[in-house]
Amino acid sequence: MKKHTLEFEKPLRELETKINELETISQSGKIGIEKEITKLRRKLNKLHRDTYANLSRWQCVQLARHPNRPYTLDYIKLITTDFVEFKGDRNFRDDKAIIAGIGRWNDQPVAIIGHQKGRGTKDNLKRNFGMSHPEGYRKALRIMKLAEKFGLPVITLIDTPGAYPGLGAEERGQASAIAENLMAMANLKVPIIAVVIGEGGSGGALALGIADRVYMLQYAIYSVISPEGCASILYRDAAQAPQAADAMKITASDLLEFGIVDGLIEEPLGGAHYDPEMAASVISKTVTDALDKLKTLNPKKRIKMRINKYMKMGQWIEN
Amino acid sequence: MAAWFKRDKGKLASSLKREIPDGVWTKCNSCSEILFHKTLEDNHQVCPKCSYHFRMSSGGYVELLLDEGSWLEHDATVKSTDPLKFKDTAAYPDRITKYTKKSGLTDAIRCFSGIMSDHKVELSVMDFAFMGGSVGSVVGEKLGRAINRAVENRCPMIVVSCSGGMRMQEGIFSLMQMAKVSAALVRLSNLPQPFISILTNPTTGGTTASFAMLGDVNISEPGALIGFAGPRVIKQTIGQDLPEGFQSAEFVLEHGFLDMIVERKELKERVGCLLGLFRGNQNAVLQ
Repeated sequence: MKKHTLEFEKPLRELETKINELETISQSGKIGIEKEITKLRRKLNKLHRDTYANLSRWQCVQLARHPNRPYTLDYIKLITTDFVEFKGDRNFRDDKAIIAGIGRWNDQPVAIIGHQKGRGTKDNLKRNFGMSHPEGYRKALRIMKLAEKFGLPVITLIDTPGAYPGLGAEERGQASAIAENLMAMANLKVPIIAVVIGEGGSGGALALGIADRVYMLQYAIYSVISPEGCASILYRDAAQAPQAADAMKITASDLLEFGIVDGLIEEPLGGAHYDPEMAASVISKTVTDALDKLKTLNPKKRIKMRINKYMKMGQWIEN
Repeated sequence: MAAWFKRDKGKLASSLKREIPDGVWTKCNSCSEILFHKTLEDNHQVCPKCSYHFRMSSGGYVELLLDEGSWLEHDATVKSTDPLKFKDTAAYPDRITKYTKKSGLTDAIRCFSGIMSDHKVELSVMDFAFMGGSVGSVVGEKLGRAINRAVENRCPMIVVSCSGGMRMQEGIFSLMQMAKVSAALVRLSNLPQPFISILTNPTTGGTTASFAMLGDVNISEPGALIGFAGPRVIKQTIGQDLPEGFQSAEFVLEHGFLDMIVERKELKERVGCLLGLFRGNQNAVLQ
């Protein structure tokens, strides 16, 4: 994978490179620089903590979209065993912007559905940058129904800029496909757990996002419209996206504070891409713990609680 | 009739629509005919010459669809707060105040119980005049309550949509209203009570991608713009002009996402007919 470095990651990377160089020299026999290396390591650690303690919302957006960030297939590989991918919506075609299948999650057989972004241009064209057409959402729904039939819990991994806005998508009913998923997920008999692992882009994210428990990775974002889209409409200037991100409050800690999501999953220092294995193991544990609790409820009760949770969302006054 | 529709807290018929001064003229967007406002008003905002459907206020639909004097408005006191302390070129509370003054509405939807051709119904009507019919917490909450009333009273739910989509100023709270209303519809869908979705010009974004597309029957007025992404966004994405008639009600009907297109003047009769058919021999069949 080609390493991509964000502007605010650069000082960290430079320091890392310097330490690596010194270590090479040290190993080749020169003495007296171990002290220097230890000092630099301490400096790196502090810089790391300082940088990530004060991330702006826009820096979060950049991390959520980081080209090196683990995607759905990476987590499936790291977390599950026996994963078998299912393809196609049995109607039009297989949408490669969404992965769906069944496998074992900590030994528990589950259905896993997630948006899939590509790495590099060619792969991204295949995955349509993680932007699904209607057939992607319909494939997702087909697998959810399959999971319901066999009593498998559903785990969704959310990571999309949004539903694809194009001619074919409109012709084949993008709106209808999303709407059908919202209602079907609200009424699904098996437990559903959603994790926003990167970008939670509007309706395209929500179409996999109705769940008994919704978690967000620490540097993931979730919003009604992209910061760029919001900025171009409200400020008539897409370059004001950082301001729009602040105005819309789209980070995991924002949404946790609003009570929209049920939990924030901490990422390794530097973000999930610094240590995908560590990120995967925390996700795995969080989901497994939640699943253990949800499994004890009967389906009717679970659906009722799920619907009630969503019925309470929103803020208004009445007088 | 049962007492449930008694007008105990609703507004009176006379306040349904804003007064329009006499002697105002409008040019038809389609055939360019110069139309007297009173003529348009009497014709439910449809051009008498070419049948072009102008946008109609929520009050206009209530008068069009419900039997005279049968309506009771609900939840008119539910109002927006500012959960994000949102500010763009203006602060969100200031926008709310401005639109309230301008439109005479408290938010982008009005919800009623009433009688429609012999059927007691829940009718909720969106209004484009309030922030482009955008859906925030208030619209979601009022729709949720209306759907719950339909469930409790065992009566049909009718929603007239007119909306540009979710309201950015309430951010994630707006997005979650798609989930909220769709979840509310689950309970209704388990009952033999129809949900009739009427889509008017325009119905786009998250509104289409949730309740507007979830009707047992999806009906549109002729010529309405219906879609998920707005035409401008699609044009930007694909980098070319859109085909003629793209995302029109006729286009959406042709592609299989609407059951029918019905002219405004026939809406009440058609929906009433459907409600009668759905009521059918239900009891005999189910018992």
